Amino acid sequence: MKKVNRRNSISRILGTALALMLAFSTVAFAQDEAAIKAGEALFKANCAACHKLDAMSTGPMLRKIESRLDEEQGLDREWLYKWIKNSNALIKSGDRYAVEVYEKYNKRQMTAFPTLSNEDIDNILAYTAQDKAPSVTTVDSGGEVAPAESGFSTDIVLTALIVLFGLLALGLFLVNKTLRKFAIANGTVNLEEEAKKTSIWKAFVQNQFLVIVATIFFMLGAAYFAYGYLMQIGVDQGYQPIQPIHYSHRIHAGDNKIECKYCHSSARVSKHSGIPSLNVCMNCHKNIAQVAEEVQQEGITKYGVDYNKEIRKLYEAVGWDPTQQDYVNEQKPVKWIRIHNLPDFVYFNHSQHVSVAGVDCQTCHGEIENMEIVEQHSSLTMGWCINCHRETDVNFRGNAYYEKIHEQLKDKYGVESFKAAEMGALECGKCHY
Amino acid sequence: MKSLIKIGVVFGAALLMSSCFDKSQPNYQYFPNMYESVGYEAYQEVNGVPYGEYAAHNMEAQIPADGSIKRGWMPYDYDDTNEGYEAAKAELKNPLATTEENLAKGKELYGIYCAICHGNKGDGQGTLVKREKFLGIPRYDDAARAITEGSIYHVLMYGKNNMGSHASQLDTEERWQVVQHVLQLKAELEKK
Repeated sequence: MKKVNRRNSISRILGTALALMLAFSTVAFAQDEAAIKAGEALFKANCAACHKLDAMSTGPMLRKIESRLDEEQGLDREWLYKWIKNSNALIKSGDRYAVEVYEKYNKRQMTAFPTLSNEDIDNILAYTAQDKAPSVTTVDSGGEVAPAESGFSTDIVLTALIVLFGLLALGLFLVNKTLRKFAIANGTVNLEEEAKKTSIWKAFVQNQFLVIVATIFFMLGAAYFAYGYLMQIGVDQGYQPIQPIHYSHRIHAGDNKIECKYCHSSARVSKHSGIPSLNVCMNCHKNIAQVAEEVQQEGITKYGVDYNKEIRKLYEAVGWDPTQQDYVNEQKPVKWIRIHNLPDFVYFNHSQHVSVAGVDCQTCHGEIENMEIVEQHSSLTMGWCINCHRETDVNFRGNAYYEKIHEQLKDKYGVESFKAAEMGALECGKCHY
Repeated sequence: MKSLIKIGVVFGAALLMSSCFDKSQPNYQYFPNMYESVGYEAYQEVNGVPYGEYAAHNMEAQIPADGSIKRGWMPYDYDDTNEGYEAAKAELKNPLATTEENLAKGKELYGIYCAICHGNKGDGQGTLVKREKFLGIPRYDDAARAITEGSIYHVLMYGKNNMGSHASQLDTEERWQVVQHVLQLKAELEKK
């Protein structure tokens, strides 16, 4: 066997060199890196509720706050320690800049952080002192977005296919005709013999049995379509209008798992499960002025929506100015389009179904959490209501209202459960007054 | 051949009629006698509202007169200021008795309205925080904040800084039930 004692020598040297380099470089930056890391964690846990690095929030933006304070106000880190640990005490002590800041931000108090040590604050300041990372994507959220291609493409493909098949049929017909002409000219087809043959249509008409069967078939078919047509009048299943703001239930209820009743809170207590008023939007969107970068990209490529622009529509409606962090502009209500409509002569009560019966939202409204744009899932016809009342057990356990009737039914008939229909839920007056 | 054309026409008409429903428009109706409401419906757009702040926008919902008090409801006495917060924190007490029922209701409501940010255990680790949509949600046992039942109720009522008011979603009694549950979570966090 051949002896190879210095195999990989070059790569080994390179590797060692690289390792050494890395080791030294990490030594040089280790302290800083660690401080920034620790600072980031502390910032996210304590400060991010009210402060952002590059935007106004409840409090001012904090990137390079230390150097800015130093340059503009001549304040050092000692002042910052005092301010962060107990800003309130600093204001009360009459510190000039502390009072100025307090007045400037509408007397919003900063929470005291006595638990943070000087070292913690150093770390946070190291984190805020970083340069802004250059934005990776260059999506101009203010610009127009190309419209979505769904819907458009399927139609085009269908028409193209139909045209193609039509041309094919025409081509075949022409070829057949020409070939026939050749055949006649060549004498391979005897015209007289062919004239004697009855055509298939004549044969069909002469066969009375077939005619009767076909007639019955077509009458049944016509009745089927006519009935089907009549039965879908006034049914809005699949209704999906374009709303003034592109609100995505998929993101809110699906991805972020916000409970349905957070926004539609009146479903618990009222006949109406109302559309949330805009203050509910602002509970979160005061803080969330922009969606995450990947969500924005997904919106543009997959749905043709600029989500950030839609959030700006919300701000415009409530009159919120993100730069001033205040409601300064005129308010305009958003004219949402109602999808689920019942005629006025039906009484439907959400709270009775949601709070008392404990019916899941998805039972009637479908998988809302997967809908980018909401559509009507159920037909909401009377047959649909009745069907559910016939199949569903009354949720009587733990409900004092049903105690007596349940006791009596159990004693008399041994009934353990009863359907809504048996409680009179099919009577006209229950829903139609 | 003629019959074929006739059949084609019938089928074509049937297809045409059954494909009339357009997704972006409501379906057509047959003699909609009592479909549209004569009376005012909640949330409806009404033409020509003669008075009220939102008359310009034709909103059916109007704001009640200032200072009016409806039956079964009392106004909240503390102002939405730092002083009001301190006062509520010191003085305000829960009028509800601590019962199993109230606690259970409070837990349910907490799960709907609070846990999304504050987390099911109240440690500030809700779904939105884990997904980094919201950051810096404090724990309930935070010593510097030292929340009391009065301060919790006050914040639920008015909101504080980046938290909005939840008074429109929870009524007075429900807010106190949530307060009970939050105090319970706080006690559990402090035990550890």
